[in-house]
Amino acid sequence: MMSFIELRDIRQRRDGRDILENISLSVARGEVRALIGPTGAGKTTLLRLADLLDTPTSGMVFFDGCDTSASEWVRLEARRRMAFVLQKPIVFNTSVYENVASGLRWRGQGSRHLRERVLEVLEMVRLADYKDRNARTLSGGEVQRVAIARAIAIKPEVLLLDEPTANLDPVSASRIEELIEGIIKKQSLTVLLATHDMAQGQRLADKISVLVNGRIVQTGGLREIFYSPMSREVAEFVGMENILDGMITSCEGELAVIDVQGHTIEAVTDCHSGENVSVLMRPEDITVALTRVSSSARNSLAGTITRTLSSGPFCRVEIDCGFPLVALVTRRSAEEMGLEPGKRVYATFKAVSLHVIRR
Amino acid sequence: MTELWNGLLKALELIVTFNPEVMAIAGLSLRIAVTSTLLAAIICLPLGSLVHFKQFHGKRVLISLIQTFYSVPTVTVGLLVFVLFSRSGPLGGLNLLFTPTVMILGQVLLVSPILVGLTVSALSGVDRTVTDTARSLGASGRQTAFLILKEARFAVMAALVLGFGRAISEVGLALMVGGNIKGFTRVLTTAISLETSKGDWELSMALGIILIIIALVINVVLNRIQQRR
Repeated sequence: MMSFIELRDIRQRRDGRDILENISLSVARGEVRALIGPTGAGKTTLLRLADLLDTPTSGMVFFDGCDTSASEWVRLEARRRMAFVLQKPIVFNTSVYENVASGLRWRGQGSRHLRERVLEVLEMVRLADYKDRNARTLSGGEVQRVAIARAIAIKPEVLLLDEPTANLDPVSASRIEELIEGIIKKQSLTVLLATHDMAQGQRLADKISVLVNGRIVQTGGLREIFYSPMSREVAEFVGMENILDGMITSCEGELAVIDVQGHTIEAVTDCHSGENVSVLMRPEDITVALTRVSSSARNSLAGTITRTLSSGPFCRVEIDCGFPLVALVTRRSAEEMGLEPGKRVYATFKAVSLHVIRR
Repeated sequence: MTELWNGLLKALELIVTFNPEVMAIAGLSLRIAVTSTLLAAIICLPLGSLVHFKQFHGKRVLISLIQTFYSVPTVTVGLLVFVLFSRSGPLGGLNLLFTPTVMILGQVLLVSPILVGLTVSALSGVDRTVTDTARSLGASGRQTAFLILKEARFAVMAALVLGFGRAISEVGLALMVGGNIKGFTRVLTTAISLETSKGDWELSMALGIILIIIALVINVVLNRIQQRR
């Protein structure tokens, strides 16, 4: 399928530093792509290039098959088919109505159609009652809604969103997310969403690209990214907190026996005997028990709790099994079992829940 | 002290009875200052925008130079205009010396640096994100520039008011190139200076009070505008 937005071999240098390197990204029409990565990875820079606000140091940006470096006119025309909601959106010092109308006015939209569209969009973001208010007097969540309304008023084909909920309280954030979800579903837009919140990427996107240190390290479907990260960097970012280095000592079909610092772990993998690997596991896939659980294809390692940390309804338990492991258990079960530092426990996890990558 | 008190009372009388001479002088003052400020605005707002939006060599130097001329002495501008328009000067043939027209021209020169400089700083005061937002919503270069000027409107307005204040309160230029001709080029400031040296304090005070009232009205208006932001 031909891509709608395509970035080819992009490098962006600023102040003697490569912000983006070797970026190739293509997004198909109608696709919702999340760009996840830690703060400072270059997500905003990439979005600015996609929106043709900046030009890359080298590489090409294609929009709907057109090379956008042709002329400023081509760039403006392409930009007018997109809308970009910036990370810290600002409103123009005028009424909410005029803010939402601005994109349409710049496109020379006739006044009757304009009014209809603005009111329709304001209704959609539930700001109809605020239309005559000065936009500067709005709260953070409301400003975000104005920014979204302003962007979608022009009926863009592409919507670029940069951390749409980063600066909001949890309630406003989930409202904005719902709003975005509704818009995406209703209008079959092509979306490029930058977020450091991997759960948000998971909720909204069809496909995810992981950006770390200015490079796209993995692109794939949701399951792929979250359960089969290709590298350590991706694994760390998607919450695979337990990363153990070891060597495969023997293989029996898909079941491999891995030696990790003298301890034996069984995992399902297509790697071969003798290979150096990293074993990745999510904290929530580890269960903590007071007695050894024995069953096939299941690992059960004895260890001592070094630290417990409660976070919301969960409890993070750090266990020393000869190497550190982090498990996530519910607070209630932690209390029932009396989990506390110094206690001897068994960390148990299935061979299939492990993900093995070559080193 | 009683002299001062009597002067003040007389001055108030001249004002509340709308003394024709006082009103004529005040009217001319306002007309000249308003005209010169508006003319200067027509020239300086686009000029200031140009300086702000265009990138060129020596931009910083130019801005510093402009700022230096904020406080150019009025008599220096007066001298320049006088030399230009005096009978033997390059523009002497126009026969404009000692007319309100040449006073306006001089005041345009006088307030231009303030207007250009403050327009530049007003525009730089607008958040960079405004530019990005406008462009991302499909504004062309010109549309973006216009939006930024609109966003900076209060600061630009303040610049205009400051320019007007300088125009209406200056005396050196008006005296040198206007000549303080009664009923023709006599404005508030030149009249005050003449009447005071003649010993006619009442008239001077009345005119001075009017000047202060004008300043007050402008300030109130400006504050009102700024509160609406």
